[in-house]
Amino acid sequence: MTAEKMALAKAINESLRTALEADPKVLVMGEDVGKLGGVFRVTDGLQKDFGEDRVIDTPLAESGIVGTAIGLALRGYRPVVEIQFDGFVFPAYDQIVTQLAKMHARSLGKVKLPVVVRIPYGGGIGAVEHHSESPEALFAHVAGLKVVSPSNADDAYWMMQQAIQSDDPVIFFEPKRRYWDKAEVSREAIPDPLHKARVVREGTDLTLVAYGPMVKLCQEVADAAAEEGKSLEVLDLRSVSPIDFDAIQASVEKTRRLVVVHEAPVFLGSGAEIAARITERCFYHLEAPVLRVGGYHAPYPPARLEEDYLPDLDRVLDAVDRSLAY
Amino acid sequence: MTVESTAARKPRRSAGGKAGTTGSKRSTTGTKSTTRTAARKAGDGEPELVQLLTPEGKRVKNAEYDPYVAGITPDELRGLYRDMVLTRRFDAEATALQRQGELGLWASLLGQEAAQIGSGRATREDDYVFPTYREHGVAWCRGVDPTNLLGMFRGVNNGGWDPNGNNFHLYTIVIGSQALHATGYAMGVAKDGADAAVVAYFGDGASSQGDVAEAFTFSAVYNAPVVFFCQNNQWAISEPTEKQTRVPLYQRAQGYGFPGVRVDGNDVLACLAVTKWALERARRGEGPTLVEAFTYRMGAHTTSDDPSRYRGDDERAAWEAKDPIARLRTYLESQTDTDEGFFAELEEESEALGRRVREVVRAMPDPDRFAIFENVYADGHALVDEERAQFAAYQASFADVEEGKQR
Repeated sequence: MTAEKMALAKAINESLRTALEADPKVLVMGEDVGKLGGVFRVTDGLQKDFGEDRVIDTPLAESGIVGTAIGLALRGYRPVVEIQFDGFVFPAYDQIVTQLAKMHARSLGKVKLPVVVRIPYGGGIGAVEHHSESPEALFAHVAGLKVVSPSNADDAYWMMQQAIQSDDPVIFFEPKRRYWDKAEVSREAIPDPLHKARVVREGTDLTLVAYGPMVKLCQEVADAAAEEGKSLEVLDLRSVSPIDFDAIQASVEKTRRLVVVHEAPVFLGSGAEIAARITERCFYHLEAPVLRVGGYHAPYPPARLEEDYLPDLDRVLDAVDRSLAY
Repeated sequence: MTVESTAARKPRRSAGGKAGTTGSKRSTTGTKSTTRTAARKAGDGEPELVQLLTPEGKRVKNAEYDPYVAGITPDELRGLYRDMVLTRRFDAEATALQRQGELGLWASLLGQEAAQIGSGRATREDDYVFPTYREHGVAWCRGVDPTNLLGMFRGVNNGGWDPNGNNFHLYTIVIGSQALHATGYAMGVAKDGADAAVVAYFGDGASSQGDVAEAFTFSAVYNAPVVFFCQNNQWAISEPTEKQTRVPLYQRAQGYGFPGVRVDGNDVLACLAVTKWALERARRGEGPTLVEAFTYRMGAHTTSDDPSRYRGDDERAAWEAKDPIARLRTYLESQTDTDEGFFAELEEESEALGRRVREVVRAMPDPDRFAIFENVYADGHALVDEERAQFAAYQASFADVEEGKQR
């Protein structure tokens, strides 16, 4: 089988289909995931082919979705649950933090909870309130959870396969504004480990670190910078917990400058952790402080203002210039 | 049949009793099972509760629930008595161990023995139980070594027993969370085509939690084979049940489309019968049931609590007259061939259990300090590895100093 070009949403759909076919214990559950196929059609056609017992339309209760998924996992199932939008995850936050994340440790390793929580996240689609947020740091802060976010269709396919196979709970953040971006998906490739970062563009003057929806932006930034004669390296982090600090360190030891980009608020965001750790690891290599570009410490704004809130080409280039000016 | 209500509760609107149909297949909805709703009301305004053994130890007839304990032998009755006595003894020992500084905290089940032993003994080996943190009697019935329950209260682990060893899940401290786990587990049981059932324990306080409400919704929608066993012990730390609900708790089930029943939670026989009935409904594919065991928390919420700040001795005294163990003893002495030897032997067994618990707890070692980093993840995590290494280096730095001193 050769590579096939498909949208990111379709790649996740195909990955779920593959998992449902391969393992009768895999379940898909969430609001509108069945007959409708999900509000983004990520689960389109799955209920038709695998039945209501395996692709389950749930009541509109996020804590209930995650809480029952925990019970199903205790019974030996591998539920993949969908939280319809980022801003709707908080009723389930209690179950995720106090139960899902801690069960393996508090059972001294006797109980495993292989639950995947899919969350379409991020802005840039002109949505109403609570539909554009990036809460990944709130989950990465919790020991016991793994947090990943693919940036492209091929990663989306393979990272979902790996997340479902993981015996740990995985919070799977899907960059909803990239759902319709197409890329080659190879069904035969040997994927990188789930939590390994990837250099998606090599450069020598500065490293841009991003994940999910911001990887594409950073590649565009690198293109623009190249026209000005600057060589930027772009690292797709792919995983926010654990973070592949070795990969960032290797890149920064080469470029000596680092800018971290995410949609989530800068304050106490994943960029803050990266800045701190890389400062520790690369103190004598750095030519400039680690800079961050992200959302502000304000509620996600109304859609007409989101272009000013979200990192864009110019804001990232501005940070690049400031870093290079040191 | 008489119903006593000594707790100072305001009269309630009393409508729904229990309801149920038999023999229908496990279907996708559970609404059918609520069609036969018997409205039953006690004279004093409190809803009637199912009672088979009065506080005076008198066996009373109940056409609906007698069949579930019809074949019970004197030996089995003595077994229930033994379970309650030993559980109470264990509980008292744990309270004492807390007072002696061996445990950091203890949540006593004093007064709730009948609710827990009756319901616990109704379960089958392949059933699964999701407890709160007070189900020491249920744990006993499930065969969990009682000393295993003490690790978390001593602070050497956060649970520690293998839930699948006895189909008894870890204690859950966040109120009501486990109702959803039980429901999900029961959904899995149904998917597997098994005829096991699941029991979710929680209390009157937890009944206010959204997770419990969501568990009711999910279990009803998916017709999950789960029994919600609510021990209404009248107090959620300092808050009386009036602060949780304006209707008797069992009546909430009706709104979700499954039957609810209130049982005398100090009557082990009634708790056994009603839970068996509910479990059999679940096994037959008739979906969830809410059982409200009307009981009383005789002790403090935990050893850190001081009930004298919020409730009077008269209330406790009234409930003492309804003690679950005393009434079964009266029955055993008056209606069966149980002799003094049985009670004497049990007393010895109780003391032996207390001794064993003491010894095991006192010998319970502190965990290795590296246990902090154990089992955080099933498949490992780079940051945990890094921090464990840092911690090891830090600890080793003290060892160097110690060595230096010795030289």
